[in-house]
Amino acid sequence: MAEDVFKALADPTRRRILDELVERDGQTLFEICARLVNKHGLGMSRQAISQHLAVLESAGLVVSRREGRYKFHDLNTEPLERIATRWLRPDAPESTP
Amino acid sequence: MRIHLTSVFVDDQEKALRFYTDVLGFVKKHDVPLGEGFRWLTVVSPEVPDGTELVLEPSEHPAVRPYKTALVEDGIPATAFAVDDVQAEFERLRGLGVRFTQEPLEMGPVTTAVLDDTCGNLIQIMNGGE
Repeated sequence: MAEDVFKALADPTRRRILDELVERDGQTLFEICARLVNKHGLGMSRQAISQHLAVLESAGLVVSRREGRYKFHDLNTEPLERIATRWLRPDAPESTP
Repeated sequence: MRIHLTSVFVDDQEKALRFYTDVLGFVKKHDVPLGEGFRWLTVVSPEVPDGTELVLEPSEHPAVRPYKTALVEDGIPATAFAVDDVQAEFERLRGLGVRFTQEPLEMGPVTTAVLDDTCGNLIQIMNGGE
């Protein structure tokens, strides 16, 4: 689990996606793409961004939510707290294999 | 060459006409019965009555619904309209009960927002892009 979080955070585009979700939670794929292109000059295909989102989702950092016919992406910072406590509060048990 | 018509596929032409006129504020230009309950139905902006017409086209072809469903799921607009002030228009439309999948987003000189047309499409409104 912690392994997935570190891997997800290792990529600058994925960190940008998290930055943008901090600014506003609950974004569609379209809005995430628009922000990356217009604010950060990251002109990637929708498919590439979708794959980045899948990595973030499998690490638990992004949660996708269906609302009627729409799909929104929310930030979940809980996995970050878990990896940070490893050094901040070393007695906390680590859940990695 | 000029762009004379553009179109959106709508689930229900009568409902679409009400939304595009009563809510968005366009005006009806052509309404011609085509048989089987379908109409050649177009609207224009009251600011440019002789400008580009928007055809409210029935979503009858079997390929249209899966296409629209996939676009809506990813938040992708079917088309975009220019407004003077996205923030003001967002507030006006939200007051009328319009659902937005993207609230106003300022990106440099351009501001955009994305709304649901209640007929199976998302529509982007923008200012500053001209």
